[in-house]
Amino acid sequence: MTLNVNVKNSLLAAGALAGFFSAGLQAVELSGYLAGEYRYFQHQSPFAEPGQNQASFVAAPEFYHEWDDGNQNILFSPFLRVDSEDDERTHADIRELQWMYIQDDWELKAGVGKVFWGVTESQHLVDVINQTDLVENSDTEDKQGQPMINLSFFKDWGTVDLFVLPYFRERTFAGDKGRLRSGLVVDTNKAQYESGAGRHHLDVAVRWSHTLGDWDVGLSHFYGTNREPLLQPNTTFDKLIPYYEIMHQTGIDIQQTSEAWLWKLEIIRRETRSETFTALTGGFEYTFYGVFESDIDVGLIAEYLFDDRNDELATPFEDDVLVGTRITWNDEQSTELLVGMIQDMSSSDNSWNIEASRRIGDRWKASIEGRFFSSNNTDSAIYSIRDDDYLLLELARYF
Amino acid sequence: MRKLVIVLAALMALPNVVLAETAEEKGRAIAIESDNRDKGWADSSADMKMVLRNRHGKESTRKIRVTNLEMENDGDKGLTVFDHPRDVKGTAFLSYSHSLVPDEQWIYLPALKRVKRISSSNKSGPFMGSEFAYEDISSFEIPKYSYLYLRDEVLDGQDCFVLELRPQYKHSGYTKSIVWIDKEEYRTQRIDYYDRKDSLLKTQRFKDYKQYLGQYWRAHTQTMENQQNGKSTTLYWDNFQFKTGLTEKDFEKNDLKRQR
Repeated sequence: MTLNVNVKNSLLAAGALAGFFSAGLQAVELSGYLAGEYRYFQHQSPFAEPGQNQASFVAAPEFYHEWDDGNQNILFSPFLRVDSEDDERTHADIRELQWMYIQDDWELKAGVGKVFWGVTESQHLVDVINQTDLVENSDTEDKQGQPMINLSFFKDWGTVDLFVLPYFRERTFAGDKGRLRSGLVVDTNKAQYESGAGRHHLDVAVRWSHTLGDWDVGLSHFYGTNREPLLQPNTTFDKLIPYYEIMHQTGIDIQQTSEAWLWKLEIIRRETRSETFTALTGGFEYTFYGVFESDIDVGLIAEYLFDDRNDELATPFEDDVLVGTRITWNDEQSTELLVGMIQDMSSSDNSWNIEASRRIGDRWKASIEGRFFSSNNTDSAIYSIRDDDYLLLELARYF
Repeated sequence: MRKLVIVLAALMALPNVVLAETAEEKGRAIAIESDNRDKGWADSSADMKMVLRNRHGKESTRKIRVTNLEMENDGDKGLTVFDHPRDVKGTAFLSYSHSLVPDEQWIYLPALKRVKRISSSNKSGPFMGSEFAYEDISSFEIPKYSYLYLRDEVLDGQDCFVLELRPQYKHSGYTKSIVWIDKEEYRTQRIDYYDRKDSLLKTQRFKDYKQYLGQYWRAHTQTMENQQNGKSTTLYWDNFQFKTGLTEKDFEKNDLKRQR
């Protein structure tokens, strides 16, 4: 199935569902946003096809209906991006299409859903349920909808989440004309799997999480298709083929909150046929509230990123430090600024990340995002995107 | 005879004891009476519209829904869900308030599906960009303040006690607040807040009190006027409900993700 067919099918499904929702059910709540985005790349791409300007349009509505005294609900959030340059970035997805059944100390969710695990800011090691929608953003924080059945129990000794994940979503990658890619484009139509069941391998996961005073802790295990593929050149050496292994991953996430200090730690151990490794992210966020008698809060973030593979191609974050600041104006327009820099400890490689946003009037929001990469290390995963520094402007209308 | 003298002396001393009630004791007693009259509501829910006005009169609106759970010998638990502005729709905020140890707080960010434990040291910061600070809207607990009775005063035709409260919790933005409590029903009618330099910062007025379940008074309009920057914020409350059967189970981290 090509991605374009995927888009078409998703759109048809989305249209049919939207019709069903508006016609069949009363009191469907509609919210979401439409956005226009312009991205300017500071340098020419080292590859022939991509340009320096990129524009796109996003639609992300959300339909919600509840009944049975609020004990049952359905949430539907389709997503569409149309991109001026990159055919792979033009894509549609069902972020969520989920039925939820709520009881006092348990709940059941079935359908397509989204789950977040973890506490750190620089990367999200523990968070493995949803596949990354990498064409959306190189920060890997955008996720695709994951088909799942999720049963949760809420007990005095913590929350237990059980997941059955019957269908695998492939990672998205920039196409020929897209930026933020390697020299060889990833051929997402030729994905290969370790499991004979391919994308139908039945993945399972379990998580326990609990709050003990100042401590918020989580312990999780995932068995199934690794969301991060190995990228291997094809036989003609003109494309990369994603190869998805089966993995076991155990994760721990801990946050201790004490006054203005947030101490954070995530550790994972991942086992696949090709490798076994341990990785961690740990650090703190400290906030100065109301600096200089103003309403402005200034947070300082520092995290250490470690991966015992010590292989810059597998992950650039094998021995790195993030330092950053989060400034919140607490004004009527909710103005926010986040600046972070990740520095490799064994080379001069680093990357800068800037995110700022401000509400305009009641319904609009303007955002700026900048990412700047610096790498001289040809063996690093960020070397191929060293010229992909960009500034992005987004204007979103919420409804 | 000696016994009688002692008894007489003791009896004569009694009125003196009453008269000798200090301004601190009287202030505290009034606060305790006011707090006691509002006990036993168990749980409550309400809708709130918040109108922010800048000094040029330009307005913007926020809408939130609030549920609270009364806790015995501890601060209340609260769950707040944001409906407006639309870019923060679905954001939910859970708080376990305590008197003197830091509150426990979590926020749910719907776009990322992320529940985040947050610091509760931010007492004096503005709530949603308004003139209300977090400490102005958190649950009232006796040990949070020291009390001083100042005087009796008629405010808008109502006989009031006037008290001075000094925050005993950390990170407050105020040196003190002056509180007007009406003598008839022990309801807060007005609060003047003094900043860290001890100059008048804000005035909050409580209007449109209505009584629920024959006991609990709730102001339906609260206006906070900033005396220093000319901005103001008004809270309009609606749909108060009490004793709806909520329990601690409805105020847990997991509940944040269920909110709409």
